[in-house]
Amino acid sequence: MAGITIEKIEKTFGATTVLRDVSLDIADGEFLTLLGPSGCGKSTLLRILAGLEVQTGGSVAIGDRVVDGVRPKLRDVAMVFQSYALYPHMTVQENMSVPLRMRRLSNWQRLPLIGRFLPGSKAVAAEIENEVMRTAKALGIGHLLGRKPGQLSGGQRQRVAVGRAMVRQAAVFLMDEPLSNLDAKLRVQMRAEIKELHKRLGVTFVYVTHDQSEAMTMSDRVAVMLDGELLQVAPPQEIYADPDDRRVAEFIGSPKINILDAKMHENGLASMAGTAFAVRAPIARGSSLSIGIRPEAFHLVDSHGVNILTGAVRLVEHMGSDLFVHLDVPGGDHPVVARLLAERAPQISSGQTLHLGVKPERLLLFAADGKRIRPHGQLGATVVRMKERLQ
Amino acid sequence: MSMTAHTAGKQVRPSQTPRTSSGALRRHRSAEIFAAWSLAGPALLLLVVLFFLPVFGVFAIALTDWEFGASSLSFVGLANFREVFADEGFRISLINTILYVVIVVPGTIALGLAIALLIESGKSFRAFYRAIHFLPFMATLTAMAIAWEALLHPTIGLINQTLAGLGLPTANWLRDENTVLPVLAGIGIWQNLGYAMVLFLAGLKSIPQDLYDAADIDGADAWLDRLRTVTLPMLGPVTMFIFIVVALKAFETFDTVQVLTQGGPGHASEMLLYTLYRESFEYLRTGYGASVAVVFLFIVVALTLIQARVMDKRVHYQ
Ligand SMILES: Nc1ncnc2c1ncn2[C@@H]1O[C@H](COP(=O)(O)OP(=O)(O)OP(=O)(O)O)[C@@H](O)[C@H]1O
Ligand SMILES: [Mg+2]
Repeated sequence: MAGITIEKIEKTFGATTVLRDVSLDIADGEFLTLLGPSGCGKSTLLRILAGLEVQTGGSVAIGDRVVDGVRPKLRDVAMVFQSYALYPHMTVQENMSVPLRMRRLSNWQRLPLIGRFLPGSKAVAAEIENEVMRTAKALGIGHLLGRKPGQLSGGQRQRVAVGRAMVRQAAVFLMDEPLSNLDAKLRVQMRAEIKELHKRLGVTFVYVTHDQSEAMTMSDRVAVMLDGELLQVAPPQEIYADPDDRRVAEFIGSPKINILDAKMHENGLASMAGTAFAVRAPIARGSSLSIGIRPEAFHLVDSHGVNILTGAVRLVEHMGSDLFVHLDVPGGDHPVVARLLAERAPQISSGQTLHLGVKPERLLLFAADGKRIRPHGQLGATVVRMKERLQ
Repeated sequence: MSMTAHTAGKQVRPSQTPRTSSGALRRHRSAEIFAAWSLAGPALLLLVVLFFLPVFGVFAIALTDWEFGASSLSFVGLANFREVFADEGFRISLINTILYVVIVVPGTIALGLAIALLIESGKSFRAFYRAIHFLPFMATLTAMAIAWEALLHPTIGLINQTLAGLGLPTANWLRDENTVLPVLAGIGIWQNLGYAMVLFLAGLKSIPQDLYDAADIDGADAWLDRLRTVTLPMLGPVTMFIFIVVALKAFETFDTVQVLTQGGPGHASEMLLYTLYRESFEYLRTGYGASVAVVFLFIVVALTLIQARVMDKRVHYQ
């Protein structure tokens, strides 16, 4: 059982900086997801945790032990690779036995031919076989033990890779995009199975993905990474509803959040897209800001007014229970996308003028540098939690 | 008028359509067949003229007592083969060849792999090392053999001078029947080493880093464990390929024997291809030579078949 403490990790490859000042506490037994676009450094961070890569600066502790410079096999971590990295010349049974054989059998006992006749090796080998069998059964691959990876489907290989990581009962499970090679249907199924596995094992999971639906559905907390920096670490709901940074808001959510440029005026009104919004936030008059509105924050109203966007419908997409309405608003480069319930918004057609209202508390304000501006007296949930922990 | 033409067209069509379309189909098919033959033809012709006919010719000659240049020949059945297998000289030649192969193939593979691993683990001068090890393979062996002859010269050769300088016993390497075969094998290894090494380097390059990472995590992070868990198994296909190519090349060794020893002393360095050459073109016993060639061909074909079998089953991990 072990939590992970990551402190001020830096990583450079030659002149390029891949990780900048990454600090993160992962609780014992937590399911933490590193989420970010391709190339943001997720795999690099995971490999540093595993000990496959050496950080340029900073420190990693697993459990209460600082593991900088400790070899991967002594870190008590198991890892599932994106490519699965199964040994192609070994059967499933042999693949899954490797971690146990390497740990429990001596160099001599592992020798081909002679090894198995050395004292003690028979008992250990039988014990390993039992454990592999038990793990394989638990994963539903008991009948595949005699096959080679080349004879398995993608989903079966994925299970074998998980099995190889599982047999060792490591304290930390690292997974680097383990589902990205599977088709969409299998991915949804495996998502549930991995979540189930986490519950059953109760160990710490660090899961890397660039797929936000994986991150949102599986994680206790999501760490959003961009360009080698951690932007926000919070539970999925909070990442979505209460982002700390404009880039987080833009990365999470589909369809994407609408971001509109606004200018602050007196008496708490900000103007944007030809309308005025009541903004309760400490923002200097005349400064510019961006306002983010999630597509589902809109509701239909009858006429124009404060907190109401008006524009011409460009496109209507019917998604069954929902409608996605693309609205051209004055001064906007992109159409605003609103998600409306189909039954509440009948008969919308393109070209029509539409008024969309937003409740003030659903406006997300961002300063010019992308940082979130919160209304008077309100702290971010992350900050609140940190304060509670400190007390 | 147009009306009649129209109806006429309509009446004719049902009976005609299937016929024309099947005719078109047949024409299409024959065009396809023609294209196939005209594309495959030249290669097939060359294969027949350059390979099947000569092989067939060799088989035929092996069953006769023909002597090169003679105007008459008669069918002798398997007499040549009987003679070949009864012949002490041929037996020695075959055993020498097998010994030579048994030294050269493992020697080349072991050394080639060792050098490839060394080059791969080092950071600098990779291209340079690769080039100098590959040179012998590119050079004309006849020219190289003369250089070897100079090195191995009993009195003024560098090797004996060095040994003498160190107070070690010297030998007349190419004239002593105990040393001549190992020395030739040594030259054979030297010659094939670069080829094996370059292939091993390419094989090492193509091993996914992920597998080494997995081995690190699984605890196989010592040098020998990594070698046994990942490197060697992943080099299986390339090793098999090198094995076959070098074995075939070793079976065909001719130029070093011809230039350096002429099969001597006695028959101590005689090898199959040299025997074949001498019987056919020096002693002009073409029928006998042809039956040696047939035996030789069998060995080569057998090796190639083994490759096909083992490759598919054992090394490609299907
Ligand atoms: N060994 C290396 N040498 C040089 N640059 C590297 C190396 N490994 C990674 N990088 C660079 O570091 C950056 C982050 O790579 P990383 O593999 O961590 O990205 P990632 O977030 O996992 O992306 P993906 O989702 O595509 O896997 C990339 O720009 C990559 O080019
Ligand atoms: Mg990655």
